[in-house]
Order: sequence, then C-alpha cells, then structure tokens
Amino acid sequence: MARIVGGVTTSHIPAISNAMAKGLEQEPYWKRFFDGYEPVKEWLAKVDPDIAIVVYNDHGLNFFLNQVPTFAIGCADHYENADEGWGIPTLASFEGDAPFSWHLAESLINQDFDMTTCQEMLVDHGFVTPMALMWRHLPNWPVKAIPLAVNTVQHPLTSARRCYQLGKALGKAIESYPEDLKVVIFGTGGLSHQLQGERAGIIDVDFDLECMEHIIHDPEWMTRFSNTELMEKAGTEGIEVIMWLVMRGALAPKVNVVHKHYHAPISNTGAGVLVLENPAS
Amino acid sequence: MVWQPHDYENIPGTYVFDGQRSHAGYALNRMAFSFNSAANREEFARDMDAYCRKYGLSDEQREAVLGGDFLKLLHLGGNVYYLAKIAVFHGMNVQDAGAAFQGITTPEFQAILDRNATGFTDKLQQKGGYWHG
Repeated sequence: MARIVGGVTTSHIPAISNAMAKGLEQEPYWKRFFDGYEPVKEWLAKVDPDIAIVVYNDHGLNFFLNQVPTFAIGCADHYENADEGWGIPTLASFEGDAPFSWHLAESLINQDFDMTTCQEMLVDHGFVTPMALMWRHLPNWPVKAIPLAVNTVQHPLTSARRCYQLGKALGKAIESYPEDLKVVIFGTGGLSHQLQGERAGIIDVDFDLECMEHIIHDPEWMTRFSNTELMEKAGTEGIEVIMWLVMRGALAPKVNVVHKHYHAPISNTGAGVLVLENPAS
Repeated sequence: MVWQPHDYENIPGTYVFDGQRSHAGYALNRMAFSFNSAANREEFARDMDAYCRKYGLSDEQREAVLGGDFLKLLHLGGNVYYLAKIAVFHGMNVQDAGAAFQGITTPEFQAILDRNATGFTDKLQQKGGYWHG
C-alpha cells in the first residue's frame, strides 16, 4: 500500500528561485535561509520518497482569472514549467503518475471534495521553487510529482478548516492505493507577507511561530481563523499558510518533528520550514 | 446589481482581490497574463499604448500602466501577481512595487521588513527546537 512518509513546509517565492538560478545561496543575505534546508535534503535522501505531492497556488501561469478552480489536481504523465514573464529560467519538466493521480481524484471526489482534474498543467514558481530547494543538487528529479493547486489568489477563497479536511481526505486517498509507494507532501507558501497596498511589508514573527508550533501539535487551532483574520495577521499573501494544513491533515495526529527552521525577511516574507515525519505504522 | 460588502474591506492599506476587483480589472490582468509570452512582451515594449488599447483597458488603467502608477493599478482592479508582470517593464520587482505603493524608496521598504523581523532569532531560542546553523 502507498504510505505517507511525512510532510515538509516551505516558502515558494520566486525570489528564492532567482537566488538559486544566480547561485547566491552562500551570499550573506541568503546563507542562513538556504543552510537551513540542508537537514531537509538529508531527511529526504534518507526516506527516499517515490512521489512528492506539492500543494501550492498558481499565480497566473496555468490558471488565468477566466477559470479559477478552488482545488485542482494534476492527472498527467508529465508537467512543464514555463515562462512567467520575469526572466527566471524555466526548470526541467517533471514526471507525473497519472494512475495514482486519477486514484487520488476519484477518492477525493468520493469523499465530497470536488476536485478539478487537469491533464495539462503548467507548473509555476509555487511548485518548482520547492522542488528546486529540495533536489536541485541532483541531475534529475528523484521523484514523480503531483501538483495540487489551491486558489489563494482570487477571493472567495476556501478556508483553513476546509484545507485541513482536504488533507485528511488526501491522507485516506493516498493510503488506499494498492501500490507500495512512499509519498511525501509539501505544503508550500507563507508565512506572513503582504505584497500589495500601503500595508505591504508586514511580517509578524510571533504569529508565524505560533502557526509553526500549532501546525505541529494542534493544527485544529489554525482552522478556527477566518480568512479575514488570517489576512489581518499574516497579510493578503500570507494566507497561503492554509495550504500547509492540506499537508498536515494528511499526516497522523501525532508526528515526529525532524526539523524546524525559520528566517525573516526573505524578500518580503517570513519563511518557515518544517519536516514532520509520520510515525512508522 | 449591488456588490456585497466584506469585513476584509476594513483592513487598512489593503485591496483584497475578490470578485468585484477581478471584474473591474479583468482586461488589465488579462493583458498582464499575456506577458507570459516573450513575443507579447516584445509587442508591448514596441508600443505600450497600442497594446493596452488592443486589450481594452480603460483610459485610467492605460495611463496608470504607461506611468507605472502601481497603487492606482491596485485601485483599478490589478492583482499584485499580474502587476508584477507589468512592473518588469518599469525595471521593478515586488519589493520596488511594495515601496511604490507607499511612496517610499526600496531601501526604506527593505528597512521596514528588517525592522519587522528584528529579534526573530531570540524568539526562536525562546520557542526552542529551531535550527540555528
């Protein structure tokens, strides 16, 4: 049976991809941020997953505002990165697992999550930045990848509560797949940041750390916030943290904390990294 | 035909991108989306005014695009991720835009970010268990 080995949280901002493309990882501004990913890479090498499910939001590459699915899952054999218009080099394509994706879609829909299924899906920085953070040191992507896109761009958005429930359903969907696959889930985006308006530039370290601690030990705490409350505390773009709850919902109630890393500011954001391991069943 | 009010409209200095804004900014954001293609970027760079007209922007939106008035573009329904694709033509990234929204310089904006994050390593020590290198 397929098994969830654990979950990782990470920022996905394009400034990180830009820094990687330019080889700036050891520059003073970036060093502490990137060095904090080394334990993540070591853990991934140890658990050696077959599949990465990347929970992210598209920022205007695959989904324009003409059609905005609340939850969408890639169901293709491969996924391409593409030009987003600001000059960051595109990355190599990603191999998918269509039979597994369709199983997940079917199981989620049977559990009352009405997923949009995508047989063609361009993946933007929200997806590729985490993949590069984890595996750019290897010649090829060592996993098959499945994009799971959550609309965090155009309101009305889904809620933290709903994302957590989706995660629980995703966990059941994964663990009902008969093939012996090791699955890791990336919850991406966040933490606090606001890119727009006169309020741009907010970072709330206290709230970020509360989120990190509660995601580990008491994710239900996060689900009590309305989207307006989350935007007041974490900023209009910081609301991406709801996607962490998809990852967390799929894991066991009690998880082993392998790694906690926080740095701020990274570009305009507070950047939080967690590695949470499912206890061996 | 009445746009319904939302509690998030009370957050200061914030333009939550919702249906009302997306409706108002549709042509503007659609033009920005076209900049994912290099050929379209070249066409825009050759004649920005004509390109804005081709995409059906309002006069106000077109003037704000040409003038690089990003706060105005937010007011007129621009989404920040799409505005980032326009900002490139003014030599700006999201930090420059963040500064422009407030009428400050980019170093001043970066100083706000630094100030907001001041002392975070002490807070990590207090929480415990965080990586410190």
